[in-house]
Amino acid sequence: MNYFPDEVIEHIFDFIASHKDRNSISLVSKSWHKIERCSRKKVFIGNCYAINPERLIERFPSLRSLTLKGKPHFADFNLVPHEWGGFVHPWIDALAKARVGLEELRLKRMVVSDESLELLSRSFASFKSLVLVSCEGFTTDGLASIAANCRHLRELDLQENEIEDHRGQWLNCFPETSTALTSLNFSCLKGETNLAALERLVARSPNLESLKVNRAVPLDALTRLMSCAPQLVDLGVGSYENEPDQESFVKLMDAIKKCTELRSLSGFSEVAPLCLTAFYPICENLTSLNLSYAAEIQGNHLVRFIQFCKRLQRLWILDSIGDKGLEVVASTCKELQELRVFPSDLHDEEDNDTAVTEIGLVAISAGCPKLHSILYFCKQMTNAALITVAKNCPNFIRFRLCILEPNKPDHTTSQSLDEGFGAIVQACKGLRRLSVSGLLTDKVFLYIGMYAEQLEMLSIAFAGDTDKGMLYVLNGCKKMRKLEIRDSPFGNAALLADVDKYRTMRSLWMSSCEVTLGGCKRLARNAPWLNVEIINENENNDLMERNEEDEREKVDRLYLYRTVVGARKDAPPCVTIL
Amino acid sequence: MNEFVNLKATELRLGLPGTDNVFEERQRVSCNKRAIQGDSENETESSTLKIEMSPPRKAQIVGWPPVRSLRKNIIQTKKNESDSEGGRGHYVKVSMDGAPYLRKIDLSCYKGYSELLKALEIMFSFSVGEYFEREGYRGSEFVPTYEDKDGDWMLIGDVPWEMFVSTCKRVRIMKGSEAKGLGCCV
Repeated sequence: MNYFPDEVIEHIFDFIASHKDRNSISLVSKSWHKIERCSRKKVFIGNCYAINPERLIERFPSLRSLTLKGKPHFADFNLVPHEWGGFVHPWIDALAKARVGLEELRLKRMVVSDESLELLSRSFASFKSLVLVSCEGFTTDGLASIAANCRHLRELDLQENEIEDHRGQWLNCFPETSTALTSLNFSCLKGETNLAALERLVARSPNLESLKVNRAVPLDALTRLMSCAPQLVDLGVGSYENEPDQESFVKLMDAIKKCTELRSLSGFSEVAPLCLTAFYPICENLTSLNLSYAAEIQGNHLVRFIQFCKRLQRLWILDSIGDKGLEVVASTCKELQELRVFPSDLHDEEDNDTAVTEIGLVAISAGCPKLHSILYFCKQMTNAALITVAKNCPNFIRFRLCILEPNKPDHTTSQSLDEGFGAIVQACKGLRRLSVSGLLTDKVFLYIGMYAEQLEMLSIAFAGDTDKGMLYVLNGCKKMRKLEIRDSPFGNAALLADVDKYRTMRSLWMSSCEVTLGGCKRLARNAPWLNVEIINENENNDLMERNEEDEREKVDRLYLYRTVVGARKDAPPCVTIL
Repeated sequence: MNEFVNLKATELRLGLPGTDNVFEERQRVSCNKRAIQGDSENETESSTLKIEMSPPRKAQIVGWPPVRSLRKNIIQTKKNESDSEGGRGHYVKVSMDGAPYLRKIDLSCYKGYSELLKALEIMFSFSVGEYFEREGYRGSEFVPTYEDKDGDWMLIGDVPWEMFVSTCKRVRIMKGSEAKGLGCCV
């Protein structure tokens, strides 16, 4: 029984933005379910194969904004074949046919074609925002359609996509009447950029707050862009290997000084040290800094820059900053919330003393009280350091530690890092995401299962001893949604122990583990509401035809996920859905 | 059992005898003791080839470390550039203020400063003046400098040639008033 008319309830629901909350609301009663679904504007779909577009549209006819995710996370590291799936076209097609008033589309790890982009650009008159993250399959021709046909486009944000650059004139395709842009990011494009078109576009976009250009925008062009867009809040620059001459330097610095709203800086795929100094005037305003692509810049230049960035909340940097550099960060950036330290040497070969170690991590934890998210690549770690970090920072929400050499123990005691990670999960009661590395036994998973009550995503590589490890996690972590495991000795016993657990999870990934074909088949039989995918790039792919002996064959890559629409029809030959 | 037959001696493998077999390394690393499945990673192939040319590299595992391709490519490019400085040639970038693009030279091709400077003068069509220990370069608005391993900009010619070659990371020919700071007397 509702005490208020539906319109009032709907109005109240308008204040609820989080999709998790709206999902909860829809479970209260039939009436609320209906009001909620008819008024829902934003929908988030974490796995595009869990549902199909027709059912989506049926349930949410007022849809305006859709977020879709395709490939599993390990696709980022080349563990998923390119043709695996995650095609956006059927979604755009269905939305267009149903005449949904789509305004915003956000895609992650999906395959997007030029045809899809063309269809998108022609089908939704009010389309405003396109955000593509880690997608592939399209070219600058597709971008040209978006530019030309989306009259009300405000946001075009391309993050780390694989885009074939046809060196066309896509920037020219924005009509002269297009003045509504607030965000333009084409940093991942590899080819030449039509600078004149870009400058004209920026000049006629007074609301532009975020601009991220690609490598091909030289310093003088950047200077001109900044001069006509001093309102910028978020800037991504190009590649500046060469030191500027005196005159260019002065002009650049003058332009930068005028950008008093600038809070976020990124790009710098190469930056000569002097060029970096031109940005000193706005350092103290910066809340976000990404220098993690500047592989050639020396640690001391990085440190000199960061010394001025007292308000930094987010920092992405390379490990060339060193422990000393991190100590400077710790004493300067008291507002720091998120830190990512990426490796500059991938194979742990050089006797590189300048990269970061456990010392830097401890320094950061001691100096930055607001730190809640960390991604840290390093060559060595100790339990003592992790225990100290846990004590200093009980507020971690995301803790991802990657020790470059698999199975590496505590380098002072030669023991496993079970105790160190155990301390982290015990202290950080709000931990939602964890990646572990180094030498780890089943014990670390006992700790995780026992203490990590809020954990939603766990990444495991080269860890554990027996099925018990995985079982501790599956039994203990009630909020687990995404579990991804590689090269760890977990097998059928763990996989099959509690099939219903997978109802509460979005997905499970296991590669180079001990699960066999027989085990996966059994799982698929017991859980028809799961898609159990075996990815196998070898020739002989008739997995269903295998006889008894082959059931004992280990599965190379297993990806399973709950779904309400059964086996997908677009799987390539290398994928078998059991 | 292996004590009776030295299987290893007769084993066919890539690389020169006596070098580590990269597949053994991989197996040690992976808990599963399973050879890496058909990977199309270029890095892995090139590492197999490189065994014959340089000390054995640590095993390269598919998808490890967990870094996106975009980042890997950037770092790999830098690594290749610095690798080439290691054995077969000591290439460094040379920039000149005002020039639209950089050049690259192999320091190991030169026997000393005079040869190097002459080559630079020809490459960029300028002249460098005369070197004096106290005052630096006199007689030209161009000053040759280099960035050393510590990231500092030094005047070319101050240290012994061998030390220069081992510490030089890149070369910059400064021009005009900036050059004055380093001891150029025009």
